[in-house]
Amino acid sequence: MAALIRMIAQRLALGVLTLFIVSVVIFFATELLPGDLASTLLGQAATPETVAALRRQLGLDLPAPVRYWNWLTSALQGDFGVSLANRRPIAELIAARLGNTIFLALYAAALAVPLALILGILAALWRNSVFDRAANAGALTAISFPEFFVAYILVLWLAQSGYFPSMVRISPVSTFGEKLYMAFLPALTLTLVVTAHMMRMTRAAIINLMAQPYIEMARLKGMSPLRIVLRHALPNALAPIINVIAINLAYLITGVVVVEVVFVYPGLGQLMVDSVSKRDIAVVQAIALIFASAYVLLNLTADVLSTLTNPRLMSKG
Amino acid sequence: MGWLFLAFGIVAAFGLAALLRRAAMQLAPTEWRSALADMPLTAAFGLMVIAIYIFVASAAPLLAPFPEREVVGSQFQPWSLQHWLGTDRLGRDMASRLIYGARNTVGIAFATTALAFIVGSLLGLWAALRGGWLDQTLSRFVDALMAIPSLIFSLLLLTIFGTSVLTLILVIAAVDATRVYRIARSVAQGIVVMDYIEAARLRGEGSWYLIRREILPNALAPLVAEFGLRFCFVFLTISSLSFLGLGIQPPLADWGSMVRENATLITFGDITPLLPAGAIALLTVAVNFVVDWQLYRASGLKEQAG
Amino acid sequence: MTGEVLLEIRNLVIEGRAGEEWLRILRGVNLTLHRGEVVGLIGESGAGKSTLGLAAMGFARDGCRISAGSIRFDGIDLRMASERVKRGLRGKRIAYVAQSAAASFNPSHKLIDQYAEAPVTHGVMSRAQAEKDAVAIYTRLRLPNPEEIGFRYPHQVSGGQLQRAMTAMAMACRPDLIIFDEPTTALDVTTQIEVLAAIRDAVRAFDTAAIYITHDLAVVAQMADRITILLRGEEVEENDTRAMLAAPRAAYTKTLWAVRRFQRADQPPPREAPLLSVRNVSAAYGKKPVLHDVSFDLYPGRTLAVVGESGSGKSTVARVITGLLPPSEGEITLEGASLPPDYRARTRDQLRQCQMIYQMADTALNPKLTLRQIIGRPAAMYLGLRGRALEARTRALLEMIELDPGSFIDRLPSELSGGQKQRIGIARALAAEPKVIICDEVTSALDQIVQEGILRLLDKLQSELGLAYMFITHDLATVRAIADDVVVMQHGRVVEQGTKAEVFAPPHEPYTELLLSSVPRMDPDWLTNLLAERAATD
Repeated sequence: MAALIRMIAQRLALGVLTLFIVSVVIFFATELLPGDLASTLLGQAATPETVAALRRQLGLDLPAPVRYWNWLTSALQGDFGVSLANRRPIAELIAARLGNTIFLALYAAALAVPLALILGILAALWRNSVFDRAANAGALTAISFPEFFVAYILVLWLAQSGYFPSMVRISPVSTFGEKLYMAFLPALTLTLVVTAHMMRMTRAAIINLMAQPYIEMARLKGMSPLRIVLRHALPNALAPIINVIAINLAYLITGVVVVEVVFVYPGLGQLMVDSVSKRDIAVVQAIALIFASAYVLLNLTADVLSTLTNPRLMSKG
Repeated sequence: MGWLFLAFGIVAAFGLAALLRRAAMQLAPTEWRSALADMPLTAAFGLMVIAIYIFVASAAPLLAPFPEREVVGSQFQPWSLQHWLGTDRLGRDMASRLIYGARNTVGIAFATTALAFIVGSLLGLWAALRGGWLDQTLSRFVDALMAIPSLIFSLLLLTIFGTSVLTLILVIAAVDATRVYRIARSVAQGIVVMDYIEAARLRGEGSWYLIRREILPNALAPLVAEFGLRFCFVFLTISSLSFLGLGIQPPLADWGSMVRENATLITFGDITPLLPAGAIALLTVAVNFVVDWQLYRASGLKEQAG
Repeated sequence: MTGEVLLEIRNLVIEGRAGEEWLRILRGVNLTLHRGEVVGLIGESGAGKSTLGLAAMGFARDGCRISAGSIRFDGIDLRMASERVKRGLRGKRIAYVAQSAAASFNPSHKLIDQYAEAPVTHGVMSRAQAEKDAVAIYTRLRLPNPEEIGFRYPHQVSGGQLQRAMTAMAMACRPDLIIFDEPTTALDVTTQIEVLAAIRDAVRAFDTAAIYITHDLAVVAQMADRITILLRGEEVEENDTRAMLAAPRAAYTKTLWAVRRFQRADQPPPREAPLLSVRNVSAAYGKKPVLHDVSFDLYPGRTLAVVGESGSGKSTVARVITGLLPPSEGEITLEGASLPPDYRARTRDQLRQCQMIYQMADTALNPKLTLRQIIGRPAAMYLGLRGRALEARTRALLEMIELDPGSFIDRLPSELSGGQKQRIGIARALAAEPKVIICDEVTSALDQIVQEGILRLLDKLQSELGLAYMFITHDLATVRAIADDVVVMQHGRVVEQGTKAEVFAPPHEPYTELLLSSVPRMDPDWLTNLLAERAATD
């Protein structure tokens, strides 16, 4: 157990370190700016006085490490500063949308994870069957489609006929049922894309596992196929499957941006795209930090969970 | 009706691919024939599609009935003999822009992937070969960069550097090079532990010789397959960015932004804006089919050897 | 021993898939096994031994198919039987012991869970009975702590013990037949003895019939009542063990026996100064020490064998000499001059003097380079040969290793057999015109007949060119065949060293004694006598 605790502590420490480095990268990326933020914001027409004034206002006259420290400490307390575009507090802009994005991601995950695992495991067990080939070809096609293509096909097919709305108008007063209905098309789009990736990876992981000598040994001991899968393959499959899920949930973070734009879904992704086109660097930084943290935390969770399934670590005294 | 046409088109395309495969087997030199013989129909279809795209991209000015950027009629015209696919929201010819898009979208994605590959794979091979602190430093740095999802990182960098074709290529290549680095390094790590590398080191060979003569020829097959996958990824990323209005900028004809600009038509049941998206999907499917075949071949060969 | 027939295989043909075609792995093999009888299956790699062993369970691996012939086990036709019937037999009446116990135990379950699985699911006994029974069988197989060992996970048990635990698992249902598929191949000789003794004892105690698959004649001589020899999927010879050992009939069998006869001519004692010296070398991987104060000398024209089991540090010595692992203490001298510890600091000429031949010829040759490039590179690099001179030298080297330059020079390594690849490794070393060649287990991955050819070639080259060989090996038969001087290593220390005559003649150091006595001999009574002897001295 001591080894296990040490291992998990190591992973957590590494996770915190990664988060720290990510924040450094996100903050100091702006330092790569040719010139500086103030002159970029004001454009070429700016006088030196106005630039200097803006620099002071943005705190740009302070040395970079000090600014980083201020930025990080306030961000940790939920204060991301103000938007450069409209001077509103970023925390306020984000607050409403963060929940919507999380809702959409969880919605898609709830559909995709069971679907992908079942399809992937079946494809692996019925390897080279018609089902396997069809599932593979389908998945390959789905991962080849840009998200917006999938989204518009669904719009054309399901929204045109009036079954589901093609624009999502979620407000804080919407009930859970309304939300599920409104967000169905974006969630379905994400599900299709993520399921394809996840199914392929699950299949590969299971096939790799079924080629292990101990699986052959179980067959030679006269065990039934069901028992081989449940008792011999599954305990060893947990770690790879957890990793597959984590990778794909992380993929949702990227997918959500495009899908939110297509369906005018009021989430973080849409806000980020708006801010990028306005070059509102403060908002982009804040959202990038949130997305990156979610990504790091997901991978960290997967890491810890798959460590927990490893008997080599669990049993050491 | 539309679905029927689509189904018919797919069947016809695969039929054509089968014919071409047979023709290729007749004409190809004998040492290629075994490779062609076990080529699945999907891969033949993929190769055919890729060939068509390359042809369209290189012959765009000859094929397109109208110039790329010129307004040639009223807005949102329906399909007609003059404007095969109608006109867009500014009155430019859709068919011509679709043809030029092959050149711009695919060309930019290809250049980006190539750049990412040269930088990423050379660094990856070098790190694997040298090992030690150099490998550690580079790999930890790349790990940190990879902890940020690539689209998010690209958006951040595009905010800072602005959106022009050049910054787009550089930013996406830089972000993608981290992924290529990982792959090249892990491929090379499998090779540098081989005794023939040790023998070459003990002979006193330099790093450049080792990379060029001993590692690269053995890493090439997996790297080529990986190039296909990375190309798909870059191509989809650039298309997504263009769709979001943050990638390739007008008036350059580009498939992603064509979808965005004309998306309103979709709500009226017009599929024209989906054609560029379909063009993106078709090429990605084609490349994936070919890569799948190559990976299958590589794994099959490994199984036989083992 | 001539009880009723238990297993009868007739004209069995099994094919394996290679791309689009099916290649024959077994081409019409017959095998008859009586109750309580042990048959040894001997053959080189690719002879189809394992395929035949698995077929005795009615099992064909993925990508293989049984295409003709019959397999009858105790009156049941296994080719025609349903999966359900076969499942009922496997693990219960026919059991299997695999080569790699470490890979064949499921890492997620304790040994006892895996032991009890077959008896409980086949309805032979209850879980509680199985646990009690396991202790009895573990004891019989002489596993330490039989009461407790079942409650460990596979990774907590050593290789030799794990192999015995797997034998115990196979015995759980008291099967009529057990297939042993090279169960001791991956083990060191001193561990192998314990496992062999345990297996033989258990098989006899329960009167179990067995098919014992191995490539080692001496091992099978201890285990089997009868021996069947396979060559490329066909039976070459079948006979009673003692009869076959005494008088092999088939030409191929005779060549298998003859291998052990190669013997390098005795050399006069060294008169010159040592060519290469290892002086008081200690070395470590990170903080883990692997070599302690190792010293020995290598003389021109002589072969020094460094012998030891896995973990003895014998390969590490080679890494120190070549400069891949700089020692923490001590030094290497070449012709009296000290060599820089790190190979990167050595001059090109120092690198040239000491060449290496590797165990796995497959990984030692770059698969993407032609033989011309592989052999030519050292000649071009060290000796500055170009164009025609290089071509001539490359061809001469190919002739020296007895390969026809005309047909081989532009081939890739994948177009060569295992033995030919190893010859190319030799040619590449010779191309540098070295004084010392380090041979790291160069014959252990090869089949016996091929080994013989390589050893003869190395011997011929040595007398022609006056080379000094350092031969790293775990195989004492190879040492007897080619060594002039011997260094015995254990746990990173030199246990004993001297000329071959000195080391192999008593009195021995205890470890040398153990090592020497543990090497199986062709005598079928060897194991019995040895165990009796050891029991007497205990």
